[in-house]
Order: sequence, then C-alpha cells, then structure tokens
Amino acid sequence: MEAADSKTVIRVRNLVKKFGSFVANDNLNFDVEKGEIFGFLGANGAGKTTAIKILCGLQKPTSGEIRVAGYDIYDQADQVKKNIGYMSQRFSLYEDLTVGENFQFYGGIYGLKAPVIRQRTTQLLDELGLTHIKNKILKEIPLGWKQKLAFSVALIHNPRIVFLDEPTGGVDPLTRRQFWEMIYSAAQKGITVFVTTHYMDEAEYCSRVSIMVDGRIEALDSPSGLKKHYRAESMNEVFVKLARSGKNSR
Amino acid sequence: MRIIFYILQKEFRQIFRDKVMLPIILVMPMVQLLILSYTATFELKNTRISIIDHDRSQTSRDLVSKFSGSSFFSLISYESTYERGMEMIKEGKTDQLLIIEPGLEKKLGRGEKAGVMLITNAINGSAASLMNAYASSIVSDFNKLLVAETMPGIHSSGSLKTETRHWYNPRLNYQTYMVPGILVLLVTLIGMFLSGMNIVKEKELGTIEQINVTPIKKYQFMIGKLLPFWIIALFELLVGLVIARLVFGIAVEGSVALLIGTASVYLLVVLGIGILVSTVTDTMQQAMFISWFFIVIFILMSGLFTPVESMPLWAQRVNSLNPVAYFIQINRMIMLKGSGFNDISEHFYALVVYAIVMLTIAVSRYRKVA
Repeated sequence: MEAADSKTVIRVRNLVKKFGSFVANDNLNFDVEKGEIFGFLGANGAGKTTAIKILCGLQKPTSGEIRVAGYDIYDQADQVKKNIGYMSQRFSLYEDLTVGENFQFYGGIYGLKAPVIRQRTTQLLDELGLTHIKNKILKEIPLGWKQKLAFSVALIHNPRIVFLDEPTGGVDPLTRRQFWEMIYSAAQKGITVFVTTHYMDEAEYCSRVSIMVDGRIEALDSPSGLKKHYRAESMNEVFVKLARSGKNSR
Repeated sequence: MRIIFYILQKEFRQIFRDKVMLPIILVMPMVQLLILSYTATFELKNTRISIIDHDRSQTSRDLVSKFSGSSFFSLISYESTYERGMEMIKEGKTDQLLIIEPGLEKKLGRGEKAGVMLITNAINGSAASLMNAYASSIVSDFNKLLVAETMPGIHSSGSLKTETRHWYNPRLNYQTYMVPGILVLLVTLIGMFLSGMNIVKEKELGTIEQINVTPIKKYQFMIGKLLPFWIIALFELLVGLVIARLVFGIAVEGSVALLIGTASVYLLVVLGIGILVSTVTDTMQQAMFISWFFIVIFILMSGLFTPVESMPLWAQRVNSLNPVAYFIQINRMIMLKGSGFNDISEHFYALVVYAIVMLTIAVSRYRKVA
C-alpha cells in the first residue's frame, strides 16, 4: 500500500479541513487511478468543493497527507499545478474577451509557447465543433457552449488530471450529454477526471463514486457495487438513503 | 517574461474594449485638470461690499470711489442704517460692510481723529482676513493721500520702502501653483483605484481562482497587474504636462526626464497601496471605500490646498507617511523652481523606500492559497 503504484494519481490520507470549529472535511481517505472518472457526490454543504479546492492547491488542508499527480501538495505545489486542470463551479472565462483570446491567455499563463497555444486552440475547438466562434466575444455565446469551452480551457496544457466542480449546473439535458461525451473522450486519452455533481444520472456514468455526508466519505464504490450494497434500484436511491442520515441535510 | 506579456495583453484588451471605462480613464482626468485648475483658487476677486455713508461729504465719496475702483471689490449697495447693512450680511447678499461715521470730513479738517468701521462676514476665516487686509490697505492708502493733501509740508521722504519680487511664480498666479499639484492628484487617483479595483473584480467574477490554479508566480501576476496602470498613469501625466503648457502656459522649468523618473517611482507606491487594498478586500465596494478613506486623508494633508507648514506638528509627522505630499513637493519643485536631482534627492529616496515596502507587503499579502 505504501509504495503507491504508478496507476494511483490522487492519494489522500487522513485529510482534515477545519474552518474554526466547523469541520468541512473529516478524515478523508481515498485513491483515484489513472484514466478513471471519479464521481464526488454529496449534498450541498457536505464538503465537496472544499476537498476539490484542497486537491487543486487553492486551499490549505488543516492536516493530512495528499499527493496529486505523484507530487506532494505541500512541497511541490507548482508541479501539482502544472499537471492539473480545474473548472470551477463559478464560470471563470473572461466575458469581455473572445473565445480565442481566452485560450491564448490561459495557455499563456500556463507558460505555453505561442505556436503550442495556437495548435491546442485549433485542436480543442475542432473537437468541440466550435471553430466558427473563435472570434466571438464570450458574452454573446450561450451558456452550454461556454461550459464546454471552460472545460477545453482547463485542458489546454494537457493536464494528467482535470477537476470539474459541478460542471453541468444550469445546462440543458442535450448539452449535459455532450459534456459527458467530452469527459469520456478525455478519460479515454488517459486523463483522470475528478468530477462533482448533483445529477444522479451523471453518477451512473462514473467509474467509481464517493458519497460525502457531513464532511465524511460514507460510501465509495462503483455505481453497480453501491446499488447492490444499498439494495437500491438507482444511484438516486443510494444517495437519498445516505444523505438522509446527515445532519446538515435534514 | 512571456507569462507577464500574456497578462499585459489581456489587461490592455479588456481596457480598450470597455466602452465605459476607456473614456473615463482617458478623458476624466483631463476634464478634472481643466476644471480644478480654474476653480480651486484662494484668490479673492469681487468681494461684495456695502457702504453706509453717514457723512455724505466729498471725502467720504472719495474713499468710496477707491473701493469701487478696486478690482477686488464690487460695490453692491448703499445702505442707510446699520440694521439694514447687517441684514444684507445675514442674508448673504454682501460680504463686507463699510460704515463711515458722520462728520468725518469736518473732523479731518480740524485735524482730529476720525474713523471708519469695517464689518466682515468671517465664516470663512482665511477669506475674511484677506478681505480685511485688502480693505485696510485701501483705507491706509487713502489716509496717506489725505495727509499729503492736507499737510503738504510733511513728506514721507525718510521712510523705509520695501520692494518685493516674487520668484518662481512672478505674477502670483494661482494656477501656476495648483496645476503641478492637481497633476499629482490625477495620476494618484488613476493608479490607486484602477489597480485595486482590477484585482478585486477578478475576485468577484471568480476568474482569480482559475489563475491561482495555474503555476504562475506571485511576482509575475503582480507585475502583470501593475504594469498596465503604471503605463496608463505615466501617459496621462505626459498629456497633463502638455495641457499645462498649452492651456495654462506652465512649462516644466526642470528636467522632464527627472519628473517622469520620480513619477515612475511614486506610481509604484500608489499602485502598491491599491493592490494591498485589493488583497485585503473581497468586493469592489469594500475596496472603493478603503481606497477613498486613504485618498481623502492623503490629499487633504498633502499640501495641495493648504500649506503643510501651517499644519500642527503631529500632522506634519503623519505627513512623512503621505506619498502624495512627497510627490506634490517634488513636482512643484521640478516644474516651478527647476530643481535638479540633488534638490529633491531626500524626497526621492523616501519614495523609493516607500515603494519597496508597499510592494513587498502587497506581494506577500496576495495569496494564491486561501
């Protein structure tokens, strides 16, 4: 167990995060493997966003041992950041820049060279089938497209892991489906996807799912394994059974 | 270096694309320079005066004509009684009341002492003492004239005569004094507000998270955020200098390069303060109020409107922390006196130290990790 095999890309041991007396993450332990789509579920306030921010180096944990992409998040934060992409809950592209300019800026601050940025922009827009809107200002573009673009921007530097914090919030079902096709295609290329969601149908698409209740991980298994264990028809049922036990969710 | 370039490129794209901010950044300071320089003046012209002439003699009419002939006074009304005159002051229709006592001419003719009374609305103390000084000097000039006329034998031949020369601002033009100070005000506002608001705006939009998740270095981010406004503020200073030359006829006596050089250092202080404010606040509203708090104190204490030397000692000590005060002095010295580096070196080094301290605090306060 100690000698983490190369397949493990995220390794979390005894992660604790406290805000004053409030415990947001209560002793989390889990591993995520390369190429996995790891679903991170939980009711509002269960501590998902806190955990994801710690893994991305946006917040400091109170204690715990955490390695992301093989690097220690305390000592090798820059190495971690080079190898991860992040798409936050809040929409984070610049509304007053064009699509191309957003790609250029984020590629630029990741330290990519100009030809690489151009090549990646063309490639990513091509995959999305959105090449024709490259010169459009972002605020003129529908939300669903923007979400897909934000995901692409998070991939511009070819990260090994991409963290998606509720990427499909407020998006129509068709776009949601297309978004998951993007997630699948990323996973097929060997990119590990760490995703939080409130949609239980999306949980069914994940390789493995963890369910957080009141800052703790109450369950962690493949969707079929969880359904079997909780004798449930769907992930929805599993989630409701678990979430009801939480004090924050009642 | 490349990373900083990408931040700069993005900032300038956003600034030039913003159809509301761009005119504000470029036009507003120039309008302020023009308006403030014409209006922020302590010169007194057209003091309104009312006369109560109880004497109605040739002498009293001569005295009155001295007032009506002066460019500082405009004769508003003749009143018949003291009460009516006070009424005028109360209603704010006149600023000064000159009361000439009855029998003035006769008394003077007999060689007795005679007097006039001057009542001034002194709500604005400094204006009132100026009005009094002007009025008294007219009365005393008139007095000398009377003495010369009535007693031609006595000449003021043996008296001392002071000849005055006004250096650096020979015509005592108030604009000459104000324009360099107002230029400082403008670059200060631009520097402090734009830099501070910019980072807080990214916090509000949430884009700062997306930047913080990249391996970008703190100093790269800070330089990328400082440089655009540093460039814009220096550009505005140059435009302001051109306006000072063309509109107000104020040329830079000293070296323009020295002026720009000190301005560059000064702007680092101001931008550092702006960025420090933005790192300790979460919303533009908070940042705005904190920046205003400092700006108002800095400006009122800076010596722009009132001389620092007449402030209480504690205030003068506080002023050693006021960057605006330093740069207003430097700017007036270079623009009006033609001072060289040796003359301003003390202030200059103070600004250098200030800049280093502010930027260090600002960079260390900015956290990529919450």
